[in-house]
Amino acid sequence: MRLSPDDLIFWQHGPVKLNGTIAFTWGLMLALTLGSKLVTRNLTTDLARSRWQNLLEIVVGAIEQQIRDVGLQRPKTYIGFLGTLFLFVAASALCTIVPGYEPPTGSLSTTVALALCVFVAVPVFGIRAQGVGDYLKSYAKPTLVMLPFNIISEVSRTLALAVRLFGNMMSGAMIVAILLTITPFLFPIVMTALGLLTGMVQAYIFFILAAVYIAAATRPSEPGPEKAP
Amino acid sequence: MDTMTLVAVASIVTAGLTTGIGCMCPALGEGRAVATALTALAQQPDAAATITRTLFVGLAMIESTAIYCFVVSMILIFANPFWNHVIAQSVGH
Repeated sequence: MRLSPDDLIFWQHGPVKLNGTIAFTWGLMLALTLGSKLVTRNLTTDLARSRWQNLLEIVVGAIEQQIRDVGLQRPKTYIGFLGTLFLFVAASALCTIVPGYEPPTGSLSTTVALALCVFVAVPVFGIRAQGVGDYLKSYAKPTLVMLPFNIISEVSRTLALAVRLFGNMMSGAMIVAILLTITPFLFPIVMTALGLLTGMVQAYIFFILAAVYIAAATRPSEPGPEKAP
Repeated sequence: MDTMTLVAVASIVTAGLTTGIGCMCPALGEGRAVATALTALAQQPDAAATITRTLFVGLAMIESTAIYCFVVSMILIFANPFWNHVIAQSVGH
């Protein structure tokens, strides 16, 4: 019984192992970057546009709107980081319909890496928006008593991000694997569909939580939301 | 009952209990959260975007507790350090 694609060894040369997680991660990265490159080669602004450009416009526009809804007034600054997180997690969940593929997010190494990216990005964006002094002061708000708790929350929410994504993806893959040994015809299909749904929800949650954390770190300097006419 | 059986029984029973209790309580919490969110949506359809986003964030927080319980039970069954230790000792003898 394999808990994660870490144990799926494709190639080994001495201490260097190429396991499933690395292979699938790089495959996804290759597919995403090459696909984006191909689509954005010849962009048009008139009404006659390719369907792929239409798809990308919808995706990018939706992500931008979500970032704006969280309260970040300048989504262009953050869409590079947050959009990449969302697209990677969503693609790794969607590709489970390909036979022989296992989601790289079903391994704790991948999810910890993604969560560490968020852990580093929050102070970086916060310091860029407020300056070092103001950002460090925000840890001692509302009173100095809250300082240790704020620091603990930074670490614990990173752990929660990593373990939530890992648990969801791993459980989905494992349920399908167990069902395949018991009732190998129709029932696993239903569970795979359910796994696709949970994967998309988890991708959205990971992205929105990262956006909320960044919004909380940059909030005092952001201009207030404009009143809708 | 020798040590090996004791470790196995403790692991399996604890894993079952962990999953059981750890599914019940978050389910109650999520049910209440969804019910309240639906009430709020019915009263204020204009704020649908905010309510839905906050609901999802809250559900993620609640659900992570269930996931912790699930991960603990998975570790107890499939990657139990005590069980591996006992197996290694019994092979060594």
